[in-house]
Amino acid sequence: MSSIKIRSKRLDGKTQIRALITHPMEHGLNHDKKTNTLIPPHFIHTLTVAHNDKIVATSYMGMSISKDPFFVFRLNGGAAGDTITIYWEDNLGNSDSEKHVMS
Amino acid sequence: MTTSNRREFIKKAATLTGYSVLSTVGLLNSRIALAEWVANNFEPSSMDQVLKNVLNGKPVVDSDEIHIKIPQTADNKTPVPITVQTDLKDIQSISILVEQNPVPLVATFELSSTLEPFVSTRLQLMRSSFVFVLLETENIFYGAKQIVTVSEGICGA
Repeated sequence: MSSIKIRSKRLDGKTQIRALITHPMEHGLNHDKKTNTLIPPHFIHTLTVAHNDKIVATSYMGMSISKDPFFVFRLNGGAAGDTITIYWEDNLGNSDSEKHVMS
Repeated sequence: MTTSNRREFIKKAATLTGYSVLSTVGLLNSRIALAEWVANNFEPSSMDQVLKNVLNGKPVVDSDEIHIKIPQTADNKTPVPITVQTDLKDIQSISILVEQNPVPLVATFELSSTLEPFVSTRLQLMRSSFVFVLLETENIFYGAKQIVTVSEGICGA
């Protein structure tokens, strides 16, 4: 089960891409109430969006993005059968990617 | 003293190996070298320092053509949706900054020309603050800001 959900919607000459990623996005300032220690930071720092295997967006983020991050991008054009690939990497070295075919 | 030297050494060694790997693969052009995730920008620091890093010597011009859609009041426990949209042309990247957060730089989105200059995401606000949006073009930055009042979360405390 991938951690990324991608939905695309055709607007007037554009395509809206929505991505929801399941990720804790710990910013390193939260306390664990049971042990009273800081929860170490764990967040996504790089997210790339590729359209038909060509990178169209790269985003770099810090810990101010909320838990379970959500992104919306808008593509000029886009046709049925095009693929959207989203890939993320976090500060602990985990990564995941998901491919979506536009309908 | 020794620890700091050691750290410097490790840092330099890491960058050197990084560069050599990149150049051998043939990926080392300025765009990609710049496009590394810069840990410094995302460390707790002051707004001025972060602004200096992000702007990188380019001037900023206030613009009315940047449309920021963000609630005026928010709760500090819940995510705040933000949408940035503009009619300006040739936007290379969109940066979102929150002045009062421990880490002011929220995110930088580098968009290619295939994408509209539009981005939407959800962020966390620690306390009431200005939210700044900076749009990068080839020579200058366009900027806009909006204030968000944050209340302490009462529910679920």
